[in-house]
Amino acid sequence: MLGLGVDRLQADINRLLTSLFHQGVLDEQFLQLQQLQDDTSPTFVYDVINIYFDESEKLLRSLRLLLMDREFSDYKKIGLHLNQLVGSSSSIGARRVRNVCVAFRSASELNNRPGCLRGLEVVEHEYHYLKNMMHELFQLEQQRLLAAGVRYPM
Amino acid sequence: MFQSFLSQLITDMNWAALNNPNPEEKEPKSSDFYHLGAIDLPEKPRKIDFWRSGLMGFAKMKQQQQQLQHSVAVKMNSSSNEQVGNNKKGSTFIQEHRALLPKGLILWTIFVGFISRGIYQWMDDSSKVRREEVLVSMCDQRARMLQDQFSVSVNHVHALAILVSTFHYHKNPSAIDQGTFADYTARTAFERPLLSGVAYAEKVVNAEREMFESQHNWVIKTMDTGEPSPVRDEYAPVIFSQDSVSYLESLDMMSGEEDRENILRARETGKAVLTSPFRLLASHHLGVVLTFPVYKASLPKNPTVQERIAATAGYLGGAFDVESLVENLLGQLAGNQAIVVHVYDITNASDPLVMYGNQDEEGDTSLYHESKLDFGDPFRKHKMICRYLQKAPIPLNVLTTVPLFFGICFLVGYILYSAGVHIVKVEDDFHEMQELKVRAEAADVAKSQFLATVSHEIRTPMNGILGMLAMLLDTELSSTQRDYAQTAQICGKALIALINEVLDRAKIEAGKLELESVPFDIRSILDDVLSLFSEESRNKRIELAVFVSDKVPEIVKGDSGRFRQIIINLVGNSVKFTEKGHIFVKVHLAEQAKDGAESNGVVSEDMIVASKPSSYNTLSGYEAADGRNSWDSFKHLVSEEELSLLEFDTSSSNVRLMVSIEDTGIGIPLAAQGRVFMPFMQADSSTSRTYGGTGIGLSISKCLVELMRGQISFVSRPRIGSTFWFTAVFDKCEKCSLKKPTVENLPSSFRGMRAIVVDAKPVRAAVTRYHMKRLGINVDVMTSLRTAVSSVTGRNGSSPLPLGTTKLDMILVEKDSWISTEDIDSEIRQMNSRTNGNVHHKTPKLALFATNITNSEFDRAKSAGFADTVIMKPLRASMIGACLQQVLELRKTRQQHPEGSSPATLKSLLTGKKILVVDDNMVNRRVAAGALKKFGAEVVCAESGQVALGLLQIPHSFDACFMDIQMPQMDGFEATRQIRMMEKEAKEKTKLEWHLPILAMTADVIHATYEECLKSGMDGYVSKPFEEENLYKSVAKSFKANPISDLSCSQS
Repeated sequence: MLGLGVDRLQADINRLLTSLFHQGVLDEQFLQLQQLQDDTSPTFVYDVINIYFDESEKLLRSLRLLLMDREFSDYKKIGLHLNQLVGSSSSIGARRVRNVCVAFRSASELNNRPGCLRGLEVVEHEYHYLKNMMHELFQLEQQRLLAAGVRYPM
Repeated sequence: MFQSFLSQLITDMNWAALNNPNPEEKEPKSSDFYHLGAIDLPEKPRKIDFWRSGLMGFAKMKQQQQQLQHSVAVKMNSSSNEQVGNNKKGSTFIQEHRALLPKGLILWTIFVGFISRGIYQWMDDSSKVRREEVLVSMCDQRARMLQDQFSVSVNHVHALAILVSTFHYHKNPSAIDQGTFADYTARTAFERPLLSGVAYAEKVVNAEREMFESQHNWVIKTMDTGEPSPVRDEYAPVIFSQDSVSYLESLDMMSGEEDRENILRARETGKAVLTSPFRLLASHHLGVVLTFPVYKASLPKNPTVQERIAATAGYLGGAFDVESLVENLLGQLAGNQAIVVHVYDITNASDPLVMYGNQDEEGDTSLYHESKLDFGDPFRKHKMICRYLQKAPIPLNVLTTVPLFFGICFLVGYILYSAGVHIVKVEDDFHEMQELKVRAEAADVAKSQFLATVSHEIRTPMNGILGMLAMLLDTELSSTQRDYAQTAQICGKALIALINEVLDRAKIEAGKLELESVPFDIRSILDDVLSLFSEESRNKRIELAVFVSDKVPEIVKGDSGRFRQIIINLVGNSVKFTEKGHIFVKVHLAEQAKDGAESNGVVSEDMIVASKPSSYNTLSGYEAADGRNSWDSFKHLVSEEELSLLEFDTSSSNVRLMVSIEDTGIGIPLAAQGRVFMPFMQADSSTSRTYGGTGIGLSISKCLVELMRGQISFVSRPRIGSTFWFTAVFDKCEKCSLKKPTVENLPSSFRGMRAIVVDAKPVRAAVTRYHMKRLGINVDVMTSLRTAVSSVTGRNGSSPLPLGTTKLDMILVEKDSWISTEDIDSEIRQMNSRTNGNVHHKTPKLALFATNITNSEFDRAKSAGFADTVIMKPLRASMIGACLQQVLELRKTRQQHPEGSSPATLKSLLTGKKILVVDDNMVNRRVAAGALKKFGAEVVCAESGQVALGLLQIPHSFDACFMDIQMPQMDGFEATRQIRMMEKEAKEKTKLEWHLPILAMTADVIHATYEECLKSGMDGYVSKPFEEENLYKSVAKSFKANPISDLSCSQS
């Protein structure tokens, strides 16, 4: 019945988050982020994460374009992009994305094209994984909110 | 929602920490959730795998966690190895050359053998020399005697010859014939014992032969055949002969070759002449024939050979029995058996002829002596050779001395050897022991470390369990479930407490515990401790009080946590074991105690001897084990304080405090008093059953006290109570004032007030006064309520208080005093009403102190006029203050956030502020904005430096700006520089000072970056992502520094 799964949903959310922490996908910054969310901004986390995904999507696209270019040499630009990505990732606590970005960045600093390509792959992989997980999380959260919102007249 | 999953997360995060390259970054944050049950957690929780490995084995753990505690153990091990190495190096000479010992013994034995042999040789030689000397002397003696005997015999023959010449030739006719000669010679034979017989042969030339033969009526016969002699030139027939040799008559002596030679030689020399030895005819003894010439006429002096020959008349001969001679001779001498004597005729040197001696009888051939013999015949040479009959026997002294010497020396060598071996063995054992000792010590340290680690690692999950239980209890549970959960929680807390104690103990043993030195307020610490136990003491209806001497400095430097721990432990014990009476904690300087004790010795004795007074002058009236806290000595302390406050010794930099905790509990059995401070020892096993606990607390306290350079001891009398006291040395801290918000700020609104405390028990009154004093209230103590009331109302003329001069603000009455005073209620009521009516006098407020109060008593108190308040004991200055504030309706300057929690403070700091956040990263911007908004700030965002500059055109309404450093186009430094430039310009234009606090936001906070921040005009930095504490620090700093902002910091 609707509304009776609140606890179960909460448990699922917790389990999911726990596994994400376990894997190192997220770190405590994410918790900080969640603590910032309160009644005045109930969708704060969701908003921030969405912004993050939008921004990152753009950055990754641009990175891919840059790297696909045959006679490409603008490592500086890649570095800037990656800085952005690192900054935003650490802001939301996307730890693994951040770490692989740092590796990517160091490859770009060395003008190591194959390293950059590999880095990009890894970053994209991590990014998509994070995105999937986050989607799942938000979905659960939404369900939970729905369930929590249901009140049965006594 | 977050909290619940967070806490669940925490245990799991320990797993995540495995993959985390830098776990320290996040631990502090999560650790807030760990401190649930534990009193004191000095260390950060560590990885959980540590805990597992701790169980799996110490060795493994060592490898894994070398940077942690175990590194010490490892160090210990390595150092112990070094030590062992050093020990081996430092071994003695014997130790080093142990292999040489048996060789040494063998060499020594050989050496001694040689020496013994040498000694033997020497002794043997000397004995040989002696032997030879003996032989020589014996031989010479024998030779001399033989010679003498011989020459005597020869002389006799000589005399015979003269006789013959005298009586045969010079007498005419001859006076001698055969008969006379034989008779004479037979009768004088004793003179010639060696001559078997003598005979005289006359010289007859061939021409006279016939005449001679006819004259004698026999013919001359030859010696060998006995036939008549053939014709020769000359004959020498025997004419006279002794009877023993009568067979020689008429034999021609010259017919024998040897005799002839002898005869010829004898008449030529005129001396006795000897033949070579031969077997004598009669005796078959070896013998020689002696021939002596007889001359007719007297010879001229020095006659020539011809003259001698011509004058020769005949020859006297005798057979010399040499063998008998020597035999006789030797027979006369002692010791003749010992030597063998040979006499040789060595006329022909190459072929010596034996004259005497058995050739078979060799004797000892190794040693012989030759002696020359001179028998008077110059042609013949003789010698005597003597030998010992037996080989030289080995002398007895040599036989005994040498083996004895050898034996002794060998034994000495062996003793030395075995001593050496023993030394080596002992030293080996010693080294082994030393090694074992080091290992044992290392093991002890390892044990303590293991214990520390394990208990620490138990604590980590235990905290998780407790946290979860606490959270579980917050959820909706059925009563049974709640009961279960609560039980689990209680058990868990007990376990944690135990583990903490074990950890402490282990830490102390491992030498890890270090005391910190921070300034703290002893009084507030004691109040804290009191408040911890107030609930329990109230339930048990025991009085709990604390008194700190005024001489004790307000603030000292030391380890407040540990000090607190000791007191909690001791007070906890007291509370646990006390059912009635009181617990009294008293702190004063150790020097004071000495003074007190001097007068106390007598007092306490008196106390014991005194015939059991119904009430003792202690805090609660119950008898205490130690008289130290009784009023008699206590008043000494109090009065001394009042008198000699100025004599406070300020010269030394530290103070020695003495804390005593007195209770009236069950006491410690005398038998168990000796082992109170031993770990895991309780008075007896029943104690732990009745009261619980591990008995480790006191031992920890002892260790801690010793760390504080103090001592701990106690006096206890069973069923009467115990008094524990300890001393501790703290640093004085006169300059440092406590700024920490944890220090209890006592309200200052009571300063200068007056109060009367009514208490019949002086000790208790002193305690009350102490607390009141801390609040700044002057206190007069009265022993009975009646006097107090009368003095206040002025009804009693002899008022002890100059009430007219000072106003009285309150009367504080001890419940016991009030209860015991009958019929006073009305008077109090009266007093209240009377004073109420008095306009000039403000009513002295009434308050009642009580440890516990029943409902009926409370009602009575109300009716009596103690409506104002009842102050529950134990007394604490802050609590009294609070109560009195309530009574006196003083306006409270309440502190909003006494704990100084940062979010609230941050909120107060940021509420209503307009803040500009500059960051190119949208996500960061959003997060920063969210965080700041949460603290109540109004946030405006800018995505680049230029936009920010636009927004910050003066005048603007921003209170602060958070600036990202890494931005494209214009970075944070540049933007800040431009902003500062703008402000400068504005100042020049408008004379108004603008200073916008700009805080850098940076992900990597290294020092250089920070310096660059300051250089470009920023006020501080905030590390990204935001952390509340960090944020608060920076914001508070820069906002305070900002003169424009009118923020009131609630912290001040």
